[in-house]
Amino acid sequence: MSIKQRFEIPSGFRMWSMGLMIIGIASLIIGYFVYGSGTEAQQTRFWAALLQNSVYFLLVVNAAMFFFCAVTLAWGGFQMAFRRVTEAIAACVPIIGGITFVILMCLVAGHKTFMYEWLDKARVASDPILNGKKGFLNPTFFIIWTTLTIGLWTVLGYKMRSLSRELDNHRPTVEEGKKYIWKNTVWAAVYIFWFALTVASTVPWLWLMSISAHWFSTMYSWYTFASTFVAGVALITLFVIYLKNKGYLEYVNKEHLHDLGKFQFAFSIFWTYLWFSQFMLIWYANIPEETTYFRPRFEGAYTGIFYLNLTINFLAPLLIYMRSSSKRNYTTLTFMSVALLFGHWLDFYQMVFASLIPDHVPMNIFDFGIAAGFVGLIIYQTGNVLAKFPLVAINHPFFKESIIHYT
Amino acid sequence: MAIKRFVVGSFLEESVLFPAVKKVRLAGYKIHDVYTPMPIHGLDHAMGLRETSLHTAGFIYGITGTTTALSGISYALLYDWPLNFGGKPHFALPAWIPITFELTVLFSAVGMVLTFCYLCQMAPFVRKHHFNLRSTDDQFTMVIECTPRTNETEAQAFLKSVGAIDIHIQNAETGWWLGTYSKNIPTVDNAKTILV
Repeated sequence: MSIKQRFEIPSGFRMWSMGLMIIGIASLIIGYFVYGSGTEAQQTRFWAALLQNSVYFLLVVNAAMFFFCAVTLAWGGFQMAFRRVTEAIAACVPIIGGITFVILMCLVAGHKTFMYEWLDKARVASDPILNGKKGFLNPTFFIIWTTLTIGLWTVLGYKMRSLSRELDNHRPTVEEGKKYIWKNTVWAAVYIFWFALTVASTVPWLWLMSISAHWFSTMYSWYTFASTFVAGVALITLFVIYLKNKGYLEYVNKEHLHDLGKFQFAFSIFWTYLWFSQFMLIWYANIPEETTYFRPRFEGAYTGIFYLNLTINFLAPLLIYMRSSSKRNYTTLTFMSVALLFGHWLDFYQMVFASLIPDHVPMNIFDFGIAAGFVGLIIYQTGNVLAKFPLVAINHPFFKESIIHYT
Repeated sequence: MAIKRFVVGSFLEESVLFPAVKKVRLAGYKIHDVYTPMPIHGLDHAMGLRETSLHTAGFIYGITGTTTALSGISYALLYDWPLNFGGKPHFALPAWIPITFELTVLFSAVGMVLTFCYLCQMAPFVRKHHFNLRSTDDQFTMVIECTPRTNETEAQAFLKSVGAIDIHIQNAETGWWLGTYSKNIPTVDNAKTILV
């Protein structure tokens, strides 16, 4: 069977991604003049939107990287039919990582104490709680750790992607194949290790939780990870369905999409589990220093978003994805993937904004404009990388396993 | 519970079994079941089995568990004996979620296991006829049910032509029964494989 190995970017694809990016840049410029150069309250609103969107989309594309590394580490063969798609999404990490890095550096080096109150040395010295967290929440550690995080994600991502292309023009012997799998496993393990030290523990504390520096939750990072992993798998699903509809990825069948649907379903439940564990303990213990976090969210301006978040990210996947036929149907998969990407964006929205602007919800077209810019960037970069390299790694030792995949 | 007549054939290779299943179905024979030592992906599709409704049963058991937990707790804490726990409202839904979740899982898990046992007609201390004991070890056994229209000689010859070995005819009980293998089943006359 001959297969289409080259993705040719349709003109509409390029136009849409460019258009979205232009909307993003225009929003950024207009937003800077409307909010970014105004009073402190307006500046908070400007930087909060940038922080929320950049961190969210960075963690989402990085979740695609986590997806294929975790599956590689587990010697999962089913991913090989669409592995190049996850790799192409992961190729967005350097670019969005760079943008996020610039934004975070503007916040920390720019001494924006209205975003991160622990930047203010005088306040830290007089505040026993902030003083106690000084070893972790300080500009030097923040800058070093952020640089290391994004830098190593980029380097390890580059390594994994070039490893994947190693066999493109060469069918390995059994011995070579074994060595190749082992090498992949080791590098995937290195990445997973670094992922555990960053996304699964420190980075969400550092980038997002330190906005409300007096409050803390050990569940926070896992909860953030679950959120972005669901969204990451949703993004992979959307690209796979798009390519299928365009006639590419001939070897991907409903079984593979069923697996992606199962991942979305399972990790939506996992997200709810973490969300609820964080919420219930705080609600039940009712200690004032802990409940401050949920005050604006649970019974304040953000109550609507609080319940909408739970509806989109828990109830909808639970009820819609429960039947196996809906995990195999392109329409429900597309609908739910878009809904989950938006739902977890909303989750990040309340994580950032309800801490910074607790008295009202300032959501307007500016937030969606910035989000559109990032979406356009992901579409543009993923499309380019997809077009640059063969779409299917046909010489990979596990490739046959992926074709005869049955569930 | 019924005694039926079967043509039994065994296979040594999975790669022979799959085309054989397809050919036997195409030839119009009624496959009673295929017994394999390990689960084989795609065999259910090849045999044309319908999708199992076990998960629908699981869902029903699950919501039964949810309802039981929620109604039990709310009866106890709202009507029978309302207590004040640290100033929380009597209808303290978040605190009930863990128990609700656990009862949901418990009901659906136990219910599905029992349903599974019933559907397969296999359970501890209950007997069921084995067509070929080696199908628990290293052989794949295909069992064709003889209908009034089946020509047994032809069926055996056909099984041989698709690569089966050790082809023979058995009269066997299809359901499960309480008792022993040896004495209490006088109905199985040609009980070649009943060894226990």
